[in-house]
Amino acid sequence: MSVDGIGARVARKEDRRFLTGKGRYTDDMSVPGMKFAVFVRSPHAHATIKSIDAKAAKTMPGVIDVLDGKQLQADGIGNLICGWMIHSKDGSPMKMGAWRPLADKTVRYVGDAVAIVVADSVAEARDAAEAVAVDYEPLPVVTDPVEALGEGQPQIHSEAPKNLIFDWELGDAAAVDRAIAAAAHVTEMKIVNNRLSPNAMEPRAALGIYDAGDDHYTCYTTSQNPHLARLVMSAFYNVAPENKLRVIAPDVGGGFGSKIYIYPEEIVCLWASKRTGVPVKWTADRTEAFLTDAHGRDHVSTVKMAFDGNNRITALKVDTIANLGAYMSLFSSCVPTYLYATLLSGQYAIPAIHANVRTVYTNTAPVDAYRGAGRPEATYLLERTMETAARELGLPPGELRRINFIRTFPHQTPVIMNYDAGDYEASLNAAMEAADWNGFAARRAEAERRGMKRGIGMSCYIEACGLAPSAAVGSLGAGVGLWESAEVRVNAVGTIEVMTGSHSHGQGHETTFAQLVAERFGVPIDSVNIVHGDTDKVQMGMGTYGSRSGAVGMSAVAKALDKVEAKAKKVAAHLMEADERDVVIEDGALKVAGTDKSVPWSQVALASYTAHNLPSGMEPGLKESAFYDPSNFTFPAGCHICEVEVDPETGQTKIVQFVAADDFGNIINPMIVEGQVHGGLAQGIGQALLEGVHYDDSGQLLTASYMDYAMPRADDLPSFKVTTSNTPCPGNPLGVKGCGEAGAIGSPPALINAVTDAIGNNEITMPATPQKVWAAAQAAH
Amino acid sequence: MYDTNYHRASSIDEAVNIMAAAAEGKYLSGGMTLIPTMKQRLAAPSDLVDLRHIAEMKGIAVDGRSVRIGAASTHEEVATSAALAAVCPAICRLAAHIGDPHVRHMGTIGGSIANNDPAADYPAAMLALDAVIVTDRREISAGDFFTGLFETALEDGEIITAVRFEAPARAAYQKFPNPASRYAMTGVFVVRRDDGGVRVAVTGAGSDGVFRHPGLEAALAANWSPDAVANVMVDATDLLSDLHASAAYRANLVKVMTKRAVAAA
Repeated sequence: MSVDGIGARVARKEDRRFLTGKGRYTDDMSVPGMKFAVFVRSPHAHATIKSIDAKAAKTMPGVIDVLDGKQLQADGIGNLICGWMIHSKDGSPMKMGAWRPLADKTVRYVGDAVAIVVADSVAEARDAAEAVAVDYEPLPVVTDPVEALGEGQPQIHSEAPKNLIFDWELGDAAAVDRAIAAAAHVTEMKIVNNRLSPNAMEPRAALGIYDAGDDHYTCYTTSQNPHLARLVMSAFYNVAPENKLRVIAPDVGGGFGSKIYIYPEEIVCLWASKRTGVPVKWTADRTEAFLTDAHGRDHVSTVKMAFDGNNRITALKVDTIANLGAYMSLFSSCVPTYLYATLLSGQYAIPAIHANVRTVYTNTAPVDAYRGAGRPEATYLLERTMETAARELGLPPGELRRINFIRTFPHQTPVIMNYDAGDYEASLNAAMEAADWNGFAARRAEAERRGMKRGIGMSCYIEACGLAPSAAVGSLGAGVGLWESAEVRVNAVGTIEVMTGSHSHGQGHETTFAQLVAERFGVPIDSVNIVHGDTDKVQMGMGTYGSRSGAVGMSAVAKALDKVEAKAKKVAAHLMEADERDVVIEDGALKVAGTDKSVPWSQVALASYTAHNLPSGMEPGLKESAFYDPSNFTFPAGCHICEVEVDPETGQTKIVQFVAADDFGNIINPMIVEGQVHGGLAQGIGQALLEGVHYDDSGQLLTASYMDYAMPRADDLPSFKVTTSNTPCPGNPLGVKGCGEAGAIGSPPALINAVTDAIGNNEITMPATPQKVWAAAQAAH
Repeated sequence: MYDTNYHRASSIDEAVNIMAAAAEGKYLSGGMTLIPTMKQRLAAPSDLVDLRHIAEMKGIAVDGRSVRIGAASTHEEVATSAALAAVCPAICRLAAHIGDPHVRHMGTIGGSIANNDPAADYPAAMLALDAVIVTDRREISAGDFFTGLFETALEDGEIITAVRFEAPARAAYQKFPNPASRYAMTGVFVVRRDDGGVRVAVTGAGSDGVFRHPGLEAALAANWSPDAVANVMVDATDLLSDLHASAAYRANLVKVMTKRAVAAA
């Protein structure tokens, strides 16, 4: 193995630039003649636009132009789309209302864009935006997803009566009802999964550049998937055909899902660049980020879990209402369906599962995937129910889980998924040992003497990564394929460029992908460059989300490396006058096994390009590409254990220990994996303890700044104990599963189970703020 | 932020004169609230008159038990003053827990009490310490100074130049921070004077800003002990209720923070 190869704790190559302020983000881009955009946004959650008067604004200093939705429509720019078709159980397609990039008749949430102002400076654009006179006639508002389905509520889109987008189901309802009727015990719960704001450190931004000379557009944007952005903007929004549109996602400062989607702003900036004849740059301020970045979660569910007399789960019945906000964002429909209900079997052998999901329009920001996307919702529901059931059945929580673990693989669940590999008991054992579970009673007694309520809780999660194979997701309604691409380009002196369709916005691809190459060819990782994020440089790819870059993106790289390796061996065999089957790659050289014959890697590369002495008929060059379409999802899993102390006088919860024992399959770089887990845990703990989006009844966002939206900080978090017990994934060449979302998926129920254990009251919703915990603790006595 | 004119005054007279000439001026003494408000375009003063560099408003003087803190003293200067720590460590600790290091090096005691944010820490200290707010025109007792949410007895153009108080026998401040902003969701400053008199001032909880709690004061005057708080009734009627804390929860926090402050004093 190379010192930089698979399994090595290599320091991140990209960190030099990030830590020294040399990153290049969209807002850092500057081009000649560039002007600045500010969007005029609705202050109302629901209103009719009677008129937009920009005459005064257009005469203000520095203003280039003010453009609105009527002009946008006149130029043929299309509506935003949702890229995953879901059918209701009655067979009807989902009821999608129009989402215009600039609202022209109706605004449906606070922050809905109605016009763009382009000016010489941001300040001048802001001044002019304030002078755009929009005459609104306010309409009634609904923000609560359960209320939105009721009688007499405001109708948000005429296409969706009673605001119901679809009423979908998965599983065998009759079998589930029979099992519940025959059960020895049924645990019932109402579960609310709180709405979250993604809060990427870098706010969204877009720079649209129209080149009239070539009739060509360039878009710099904060995207997790620039090729998808180009595809969607070309095929659906009529911005420009793909060959006339280059999308570049340079350094991107965090996404967490919120930068998967194509938002109105990048479309409008491109269009405005052509209309005004100048490059147009827009960067969101933090308030705009709170108002308009797609939010996450926001489910209200009821659950029934049935057990037989041996404490085995016989059925699970789930009814969920999911708030999708004012418009259907790009993948909003698949999050509460195929990324959620399909994971409801968790780590358990459950014979019958039925899930019913209703998705609802409300006068709130659009809701879409956020770190974990559906899987945290499933895990939270399932693991809180398991913990509650264990208490009701009088069993230790680990014991009830053990009784119900899936132990043989592959395992077909009743909700589509076919788990390929795993060892759930190994994770549980590792976590319980690391957490010193058996010592908890003594720790609790010691805390009691200090007047503190100590609690412990666990969560055994499973997730599905990779989001594939393409044919399977296509059959479920996906509008795109979910493969990945790679091109490996060996230069004439032996250095290597890898073009990947994945995108790195914090994940560390520039290091881990290079480690793959270093492992294969024995070259130092400094001689390998990972190129991503530019549709002109990189072949079509699908980007980064759903913890897919390792399992799918790296697998594509591995396939391309196979081809390069095969050709390099042919060239080397020819140079050494040996049989290619005897050629091995060791220590940066190609050798004939069992002899002292050897040619350095660089010489093989050079020979490939000089082409003076290649095997007969071989094309010159050393460059190969591959597309990898996985055969299945991957199934990372693990066990998280959280221990808390609650101050009963104030309700303050302090996490005194957090253990994560995960199964991520093979690991390329343990340090980066630990970093991903730490970040995921911070976000999951944020959801459970601190974060929550709140609208008031008029649809105003109450949590529109960090004064009211509580993000986790270093002193909210313990020093995590992170360990892995890995089973290689049989489904891909590297045996990797994915680790980006696990922390955010597994941690919330572990934490809440610990809090409810501490206070002796199960009635608590996330975030478990001091106020709520205090009130719940009071109610428990 | 809208355009504004920045002035750095070097004397109180100069500051007053600039303010008198300004169309809609605002004094700036750290700007930890004002500048973010301006950035959000929620405030648009024509002129900012910076008071932080006026020499006669700087410095912390301790003479026996008499304390004088110049209004332009930063939180960091208050937090790290050895002379102050020797007679009234409670106010040093309060200052050390305002905001973050950036805020503590910019924000000033004069700026904080002039702004009178209902969740700010200093107003509780001033009220409990029975401090005197010294301005360029007069002296105002803390009890008369804080008049409501973001409201004070200051007249147009009046400048706080210093605060004065007598260091008490015992004092302590305990705050329960808002999980998001980390401002005081409830903060209680308790003071016990040599003569046994007790003052309890509460910030972050009152719907009309900082206030004293007579019931807690009476109970603690009778029995200076954390246990004395237990049977005191804290009425939630006039307390703030918001996303983060109901009035009932704040009423509980008033008692708990008082108890802990007494224990720490």
